[in-house]
Amino acid sequence: MALRDIAIVGTAQRPSEVNSTFTSVEILLPVIQQLLDKVGIERSDIGFWCHGSCDYMSGQPFSFVSAVDAIGAWPPIVESHVEADGALALYEAWVKIQTGEVDVALVFSNGKTTSGPIDQILSLQTDPYMVAPLKPGFDALAALQARACLDAGVVTERQMAEVASRSRRDANNNAIAFTKGNESVEELLAMPYTMNPLRAHDCATPVDGCNAVVLAAGDIARRLATRPAWIRGIDHRIDTQRLGARSMTESSSAAIAAQKAGVGKDRIDVAELHAPYTHQELLLRKAMGLSESTHINPSGGALVANPAMAAGLARFAEAAESIFAGSADRVLAHCTSGPMLQQNLVCVMEGE
Amino acid sequence: MSEADGLVRLRQPIGVTYNWSAGPNATSHLAGLIAGKFIGKRCPSCALVYFPPRNGVCPKCAKILAGDVEVGPKGTITTFCIVNVPFLGQKIKLPYVAAQILLDGADISMQHLIQECEAEDVRIGMRVEPVWKDKSEWGPSLENIQHFRPTGEPDRVMGTESGAS
Repeated sequence: MALRDIAIVGTAQRPSEVNSTFTSVEILLPVIQQLLDKVGIERSDIGFWCHGSCDYMSGQPFSFVSAVDAIGAWPPIVESHVEADGALALYEAWVKIQTGEVDVALVFSNGKTTSGPIDQILSLQTDPYMVAPLKPGFDALAALQARACLDAGVVTERQMAEVASRSRRDANNNAIAFTKGNESVEELLAMPYTMNPLRAHDCATPVDGCNAVVLAAGDIARRLATRPAWIRGIDHRIDTQRLGARSMTESSSAAIAAQKAGVGKDRIDVAELHAPYTHQELLLRKAMGLSESTHINPSGGALVANPAMAAGLARFAEAAESIFAGSADRVLAHCTSGPMLQQNLVCVMEGE
Repeated sequence: MSEADGLVRLRQPIGVTYNWSAGPNATSHLAGLIAGKFIGKRCPSCALVYFPPRNGVCPKCAKILAGDVEVGPKGTITTFCIVNVPFLGQKIKLPYVAAQILLDGADISMQHLIQECEAEDVRIGMRVEPVWKDKSEWGPSLENIQHFRPTGEPDRVMGTESGAS
């Protein structure tokens, strides 16, 4: 079956904040309205709506249902939800458009990450029998992974500090970013460990945020955007949930997803990697075979603003925007999920 | 960890504490309840009055709700259910009536108890009013109201008011 040409034609993101006093619905609604205005379409033009969020983060079962209020459900709409990052919702919307049932989809995601102990909440994603009862904490699991990588010589603490330094500098040019800075690698290396071998700047900043993108097929996409970001390959792979059964010093799921998405077929100008820890960016770059010529996370990445369940879709938005602006011709967007890079979704987009 | 029947059992309760925000729209509603008032919100687009103001938006128009609107305190029963089945944690004597009540001036109904009349006398269109608990027990909750009771006013024929749902 021939695949349809599908592109991102518009994006909108809410600036990061912490301890937001708005409800998720109040946070989402203006962003969705802003996106519709930007793309120049009405709610009735959307054939499919897909939402990514996590009920554990709001502590309310079926809290995602209330998010439908933010998109308006009268007259009736076709919508779906994934209990995952919005990037996975984008994948579902892409499949929906591929079926030929719809031509335009709006994908949105939100995460009020600072309304609860996100480190503990995310660790509830682990195997409920053998791991979750130990309450390991996501930072602790990442620290174990970083330690394994350092001991194996796969990464160095200097390389990790370089990732943090570059991300914090790039964040200065991004209105959405939360953590910004101009520290040198030496200055960062002089900081104390917060969870050995991780320092504070090695861990992503949890923020409240949300974002949305519009996907459209073929000539509709060409009509809605001057330079659509065409999805040329997209693939999602998962490593085993058994933490002891997979290598902590490489990401095989990221490597397979990147290969299947066609990352290596041509040069990548910009890669927006969803790496909540500095060493994970290094593992991802290696797994995907990204060269030095690729500009990694010009937005500052998830490290400087990590709205859980929205940070992956944010990577798609940022990568697509660089196509819109003409500053890149071939880009990569990535989303991870689960502990220690368990799941990886990789997408390659191109301008025409 | 305990051992019985040769099996090892592990109990590991998991608890998470959240900082929950009601949001600005629900906040004026909750503050109203503390003051003994029913405060709803109006949609700036379709003008429907929401009580309670849900998530602060009109789901029909996808617009943030705007001005405060005081509704009630009297209302009309739009539908009801007579509860005859005992269940765990039950506090009210059976049979009792749970009803959807459309407060005067509101466009969506809310659920509450109907007391001070026989269950079999409750009907759609019946006019009711709130019976508040002692002020010392009030908080930001509809539980400030003990129940609703019939006012004795003539029934209202539903669906004749504009916007009634």
